[in-house]
Amino acid sequence: MHTNTYTADFTNLDAIRDFVGGFAQQAGLNSKEIYAVQLAADEACSNVIEHAYEGIVNGTFDVSCAALPGQVTILIRDHGKPFNIEKVRQPNLGKNLDEREIGGLGVFLMHKLMDEVHFESKPKEGNVLTMIKRKSGGA
Amino acid sequence: MEITTKEFKHCDVVSVNGRVDSSTSPQLAQALDKLTDDGHHNLVVDMTKLEYMSSAGFRALLAAQRNCKKFNRGEIVLCAVPERIKEALELAGFTELFKVFDDSLTAVGSF
Repeated sequence: MHTNTYTADFTNLDAIRDFVGGFAQQAGLNSKEIYAVQLAADEACSNVIEHAYEGIVNGTFDVSCAALPGQVTILIRDHGKPFNIEKVRQPNLGKNLDEREIGGLGVFLMHKLMDEVHFESKPKEGNVLTMIKRKSGGA
Repeated sequence: MEITTKEFKHCDVVSVNGRVDSSTSPQLAQALDKLTDDGHHNLVVDMTKLEYMSSAGFRALLAAQRNCKKFNRGEIVLCAVPERIKEALELAGFTELFKVFDDSLTAVGSF
């Protein structure tokens, strides 16, 4: 597993997408699946920067990637405020323009784009989000 | 990310180039706000050269669409949406909130 550390700054999202995209490619995922992995990682890291490190300066978080044939695993670890994505309410996509919630969309997309999304918050280790994407039709 | 705007008789075309994420979406929101503040409420967002858009960009579009549609004064339509971005917009249910055209000519002609 390879790990990069980033400061909690939105300008790092470009580098993060490139980092995870490289591993998705290495795992043999197709271009649609690679885009999905990049988008899910962006949404997850955006949440870390925006919510976990809200009001905290100089925060950093780790993004780790592992590629197996036909499968890529992304692990995002931060030491900010616990932000349990499993508790985020699912946006109601059936609602009309005026009623549509602005938030919750990133988490919704992460679940839709990835095959597995797990969140764990431990006092010593921090918040860990694990996401797995598999090549469609098996490895 | 780079944004250029071009005024037509019945609408304005906003071309968004590059990548829109949490870092660059405020620029997109600002560009759309400026147009609506200046009284332009019929907008075409041309995505021909758009490489990437996260939910931060979707939120900027949603806020601007609400603003444009207020008092029935106009609307935002999208055109030349790249395949991957269209798939994400569909997942987010956004294709029901925006008319999508194949190219800017057809989109401009719709106003």
